Amino acid sequence: MKKVYINSTASISAQKTFDNAEFLSEFIDHEGVVIPVVNPNYKDFIPPAAARRMAKGIKMSIVASKIALQEAKLDEVDAIITGTGMGCVRDSEKFLSALIDNDEQYLTPTAFIQSTHNTVGGQVALELQCKGYNFTYVHGSNSFESTLIDARLQLAFNEENNILVGGVDEIGAHSFKLQELVGHVKEESIKVSALLDSKTSGAVYGEGANFFVLSNEKQGSSYAELVAVKMYNTLSKETLPETIKAFLSANEFQVEDIDLVVLGCNGDIDYDGFYEVLIEGVFNETQQAYYKHISGEFNTASSFGFWLASKVLKLQELPDLVKLNEIESSNYKTVLLYNQYRGENHSFTLLKQC
Amino acid sequence: MDALKQELKEFIIEQLNLEDVEVNDIANDDALFGDGLGLDSIDALELIVMLDKNYGIKLTDPKQGRAIFESIDTMAAYITANRTN
Repeated sequence: MKKVYINSTASISAQKTFDNAEFLSEFIDHEGVVIPVVNPNYKDFIPPAAARRMAKGIKMSIVASKIALQEAKLDEVDAIITGTGMGCVRDSEKFLSALIDNDEQYLTPTAFIQSTHNTVGGQVALELQCKGYNFTYVHGSNSFESTLIDARLQLAFNEENNILVGGVDEIGAHSFKLQELVGHVKEESIKVSALLDSKTSGAVYGEGANFFVLSNEKQGSSYAELVAVKMYNTLSKETLPETIKAFLSANEFQVEDIDLVVLGCNGDIDYDGFYEVLIEGVFNETQQAYYKHISGEFNTASSFGFWLASKVLKLQELPDLVKLNEIESSNYKTVLLYNQYRGENHSFTLLKQC
Repeated sequence: MDALKQELKEFIIEQLNLEDVEVNDIANDDALFGDGLGLDSIDALELIVMLDKNYGIKLTDPKQGRAIFESIDTMAAYITANRTN
């Protein structure tokens, strides 16, 4: 089996992350219950004629894809694998609203053809002229990890050599209202820097696109090695520590080998207990970091965590604004990511310096 | 007729997401498809639905569209002659 490397990263998020020359050097302390992305100049990447029908998620993904290919010094990839929880939800809402408002008549094609979950993967392929394997995983907050597992298998068995993987989700106004109604969103507006101090139910939501070129060939630009990914639909807090230890052991690592654990804490008092079990338990002597105050919560927010961990391993630095405890690792060789959303769709992702 | 032409231009810009195009940028005799405004077949479908929804005109023969949608002038003339609402 071949090793799998992260050869490039690209992130469109609520911070200015689209410029790979910087690494969270400025922090925008958003306030509210939903945080917007910092938009790159889309016209620098997408011709206006093509951009006019693209929803936000598509635009973010195409820009992130192009940045990722540029950094990997590639003109094309063998395959594109996209993860998204809600797909192009804005156009879905637009089409369904038109369906209701117009009594199922006068339906126009534009919103409909862009309302499916795999629109992003298709549009990225059109922009990159990639006619290879194209697959979209829609699996709640494990959507991005599903892309990693698929890509890792194909690269390890040498079926493909360079694969573009990404996680993307956009905020839809109506879907967000529904999430507010069912209590998934915080009732009070807060500064994201104080996210973990809120001690209230619900999360602060966001959107974004994070894309990576994974390859079975290491190159100068490589960030890290993707060692393993594991997903669980359900886990209890009681079994979580042992499950993580078993995951590490299966990959010939121990808790002591982990230099940094990156956690998906989102300030929701009802579900952050899963992270607290680890913070106060097996990883209480490990340096800890979190990121959802930067990215906001969305189904593929863990792809931002993956971006953060990749950057840390390459640059060997951890910005203060993501530090969760006082422990400082002397260097970063092995990073573990753990994420869950509302007690479901748990994932462990293990990265190693290369 | 001028008000209708203005209405059509505003609809086309808004509904077809023509970013960076202003009403004044579209001349009444500019070609809407091809080398002119650069609209395509999906836009044609949007325009057919718009004729039905806004003016009560059902195009039964899609080949008619080629002449009707040639320019703002031809669209306005056809709508004026055939509108039912």
